[in-house]
Amino acid sequence: MTRYISSTINHCILLIGLLIMIVPVWIIFASSTHSSLFINTNGLQFFLGDNFIENYSRVLFKKSGFFNEITALKMFFNSFVMASGIATLSVITSLMAAYGLVYFKIKYATIIFWLIFITLLVPLELRIMPSYIVMSKLNLVNTFAGLILPISASAIATFFFRQFYKSIPDELLEAAKLDGTSSWKFFIDFLVPLSKTMIAAVFIFMFVFGYNQYLWPLIMTTSEQYWTVVMGLKTMYGSISDRFAFVIMSMIPPVVIIVFLQKLFIQGIFQNK
Amino acid sequence: MKKVQFKSYYSQYFFLAPQLLILLIFLYWPIIQTFKDAFTMQDAFGFGSQFAGFDNFLFVFSDPSYFTAFKFTIIYSFVITLITGSIGLLLAVQANKVLHGKNVYKTLLIWPYAIAPAVVGVMANYFFSERYGLLHHLFNNLWGFNWYEDVFDAYIYVIIAGSWKQISANFIFFLAGLQAIQKTIIEASIIDCKSNIRRFWTITFPLLMPTTFFLIIINITYAFFDTFGIIDTTTIGAPGSETKTLVYKAYIDGFKGLDLGSAGAQSIMMMIIVLFITIFQFRYIEGKIHYN
Repeated sequence: MTRYISSTINHCILLIGLLIMIVPVWIIFASSTHSSLFINTNGLQFFLGDNFIENYSRVLFKKSGFFNEITALKMFFNSFVMASGIATLSVITSLMAAYGLVYFKIKYATIIFWLIFITLLVPLELRIMPSYIVMSKLNLVNTFAGLILPISASAIATFFFRQFYKSIPDELLEAAKLDGTSSWKFFIDFLVPLSKTMIAAVFIFMFVFGYNQYLWPLIMTTSEQYWTVVMGLKTMYGSISDRFAFVIMSMIPPVVIIVFLQKLFIQGIFQNK
Repeated sequence: MKKVQFKSYYSQYFFLAPQLLILLIFLYWPIIQTFKDAFTMQDAFGFGSQFAGFDNFLFVFSDPSYFTAFKFTIIYSFVITLITGSIGLLLAVQANKVLHGKNVYKTLLIWPYAIAPAVVGVMANYFFSERYGLLHHLFNNLWGFNWYEDVFDAYIYVIIAGSWKQISANFIFFLAGLQAIQKTIIEASIIDCKSNIRRFWTITFPLLMPTTFFLIIINITYAFFDTFGIIDTTTIGAPGSETKTLVYKAYIDGFKGLDLGSAGAQSIMMMIIVLFITIFQFRYIEGKIHYN
């Protein structure tokens, strides 16, 4: 009997937690399916309306923005280019750098190690203004390279891969060396296939991280052609139900990725802890 | 480091070069620029600049709004850590206990983790707007809520907006921490101690200490840096500048106010704070707290 009561309490607490997480988003979603006129007179809605297709297609395909130069579809395209660029670049450079650090005798190993990992202390938010000046000196304002490169300059992924390599038994390299395998071949044929799960986890992490960037695209894009979804949210003009619909659409890509790949993501992170 | 390693004169640099190159151009160059800005004074029209010693730092220290931002950042990190940590832990303990629907609960509780802070801020905006806002109406009926004039109400606004998605992060890590505790320890403790609550505080919670400390650092870092998008889409520092975090203030002074010297000095002070947090993390988390 007491067991039933305690398990009921467990479920009740969890249900309250679920409601806190779901209800706000549901209200915005339900409201996004009504017409703006209806929202303006009746406030936020809890039940679905019948303007779903109309509102969402208008937001996706109609040109908007301050100069009416960009559609939400184009913003999604920009966000995807930026996020996958950041994820790809940081996976490749970090995978290689971690290999160089762990598997080689390096003359100034300590200096190089600190040169890479001290960067964890300086997030982009702390060097935003000088970064902008550097980018404009390099003529990278309003380019995808400008959106991608400074955010890829991070050692977080290198840290993860380094930990992972250290957990691989030494015998693997000994055997490879007996066979006379070159360092490049060892990297491509042994380490990369072994790190598959880690690579996937880091890629997902960096993709969501890149997609969710707000401040950097805000500063780096003066032309609407390069606006991304998350920064466009604040600046996009339109009726209230258009804005609701855009908020809902903006969260779909990262949420879908985390929900469907949660196992891979969590596994990848905890392999290292 | 590995005991067996490749011996080569150049290939290690081939592997290190891409990352070092990107770090050098896009990280070290701006950092050096930050230090240069912090120690130079620019004249009002931006024509010339001269070495200023610690003048920019003295200016920041004599500015009362810097201390307002400092105070708010400390309060904000403390409250967010406390709220999200305790709710995350409570939910994780329940989710770890239930026999049915564990995965459904897990999936439905972790997805807000993926939402960008700026998106959360825009959403919170609607709930706290005078026209549509449900929470605005609710609080207004309770005590006359008015966030653009009352500091305490503005605090409530940004704290709710800032805590919501961070509950998920705390839940994920606490749940993983709970699942890593060995079954035998729990079974043995059930024999020794009948009270559920006492068993939790004397056995389970101490075993979760490494996770707790890890999450404290994660939450503080979140409140310092990631909340930028939330502040910029909710109060923008309102009522006056009482809800500006240190990072937000540095951005406003540098980018909107074009005072590079002051922004540079503020950035360097933030770097020192982050350095302290990191040292603390290494000494206490890596060194002292090991129960496994």
